[in-house]
Amino acid sequence: MQRLVVIGASLGGLTTLRTILQGLATTFSAPIAIVQHRHKESKTGMTKALQLHSPLPIREVEDKDAILPGYVYLAPADYHLLVEPDHFVLSVDEPVSYARPSIDVLFESAAESYAEQTIGVILTGANQDGALGASAIKAQGGTIIVQEPTTATSAVMPTAALNQTTADWVLPPTQIARRLNALCSVSSLT
Amino acid sequence: MIDPHSSKLKLEDIEIQLLLEGIYQYYGYDFRNYAMSSLKRRIRRILEVENLDTVSALQDQVLHEPESLQRFLLAITVNVTSMFRDPAFFIAFRNQVVPLLRTYPYIRIWHAGCSQGQEVYSMAIVLQEEGLYKRCRIYATDANEQVIKQAKSGIYPISLMQQYTQLYLQAGGKHSFSEYYTAAYDNAIFRASLRDNIVFSQHNLATDHSFNEFHVILCRNVLIYFDQTLQKRVHQLFHESLCKLGILCLGRQESIRFSPYENDYEAVEKTEKIYRRLS
Ligand SMILES: C[S@@+](CC[C@H](N)C(=O)[O-])C[C@H]1O[C@@H](n2cnc3c(N)ncnc32)[C@H](O)[C@@H]1O
Repeated sequence: MQRLVVIGASLGGLTTLRTILQGLATTFSAPIAIVQHRHKESKTGMTKALQLHSPLPIREVEDKDAILPGYVYLAPADYHLLVEPDHFVLSVDEPVSYARPSIDVLFESAAESYAEQTIGVILTGANQDGALGASAIKAQGGTIIVQEPTTATSAVMPTAALNQTTADWVLPPTQIARRLNALCSVSSLT
Repeated sequence: MIDPHSSKLKLEDIEIQLLLEGIYQYYGYDFRNYAMSSLKRRIRRILEVENLDTVSALQDQVLHEPESLQRFLLAITVNVTSMFRDPAFFIAFRNQVVPLLRTYPYIRIWHAGCSQGQEVYSMAIVLQEEGLYKRCRIYATDANEQVIKQAKSGIYPISLMQQYTQLYLQAGGKHSFSEYYTAAYDNAIFRASLRDNIVFSQHNLATDHSFNEFHVILCRNVLIYFDQTLQKRVHQLFHESLCKLGILCLGRQESIRFSPYENDYEAVEKTEKIYRRLS
């Protein structure tokens, strides 16, 4: 099975996401699914704002969309985002730890469907969402990258993840992009 | 050697299949084609709440204790809903669909998967404000008997009214929202006149058939819980139940792409997922 990158971000996440997306290679060969906490009535403006900085095409997920390599997928406001082996599933189940979309929900479903092929990335945030999800990914043999807490707008979320599980890498945003390129670029395979 | 953790996941998949098959064969409720990833999360949640260790134990309980089936049915489907959920949808409905409906002497509307009824009362309010309600008959259905009961009552916690008022205004509401309910202790009781032309009944999209022909079908945030096979079945059902030039409304993140009849529809308002059947 191919790789899947899942990214969770909360407070301060947009700037960090921009930096990471900007640093991705055009040959990036894995799909990327992102949960960025946001207000539930926020519109699709985020897709546009991020697209300006991303060499890869960005889509807000619609239910049962296929998961295609080289695309960046955003969880829509007010829906949980889950993955199955070749497509996304959305749900309006109750918020998990006050969050919908929830990072844990995305990460746990990725751990199940993609197991050791999953790369989970935890970025800045002022809550603990994603810590359990990250440890679920580790338990399945996947890879975890956590943003270096001192570089985060809010260190709470990266710190919670580091307390919950052992990260494979703890890096500032620009180096997260480089690491992802190394793990998932077509050129790295040749 | 088999990794014990991943083999446990596979065993759980088998148990879930057996559970769903058992419930279908014994009780007739068919969850076999629900989207697996979200269904699994809810089954695990039920195990926690019921304090059970395995899905097999849950199967034993649900099959042998009919009263536990009722709890299962409520917990396995997601009933989260709101009045005027997605206000932009209701604005689009007022602006784009209401003018089309004005041309009909009589209007039949089907809310499929109406949950506790907030969406239906929201629609009744819009139709009243647009002067169309008297010509309408609204069929509100859900697979779950208990939510239908609640929908019929039209009674909701008063604590929700502040949020609903905001959404009502954002949705283009023309009056004061408090005109539509009376407060009684902790409850808001919606005006009985809103219910005059609504028929509430149980209907299961996975197993029941078409029961009428409609000018408008709304099915929002229900198809996301189905896999593509079941989505196809339901789209077939909607196609059979929608008159020519009838309107189909889906949830904000749902798409008509999985309908075998995609080409028979045109978008009336693409972002709000409002479609019109052309042929
Ligand atoms: C999330 S609610 C959607 C409520 C409302 N339409 C809205 O968008 O706010 C989903 C509803 O679908 C119902 N449902 C689930 N499976 C169904 C089926 N097979 N047939 C009919 N309704 C079903 C559930 O009982 C639940 O009330």
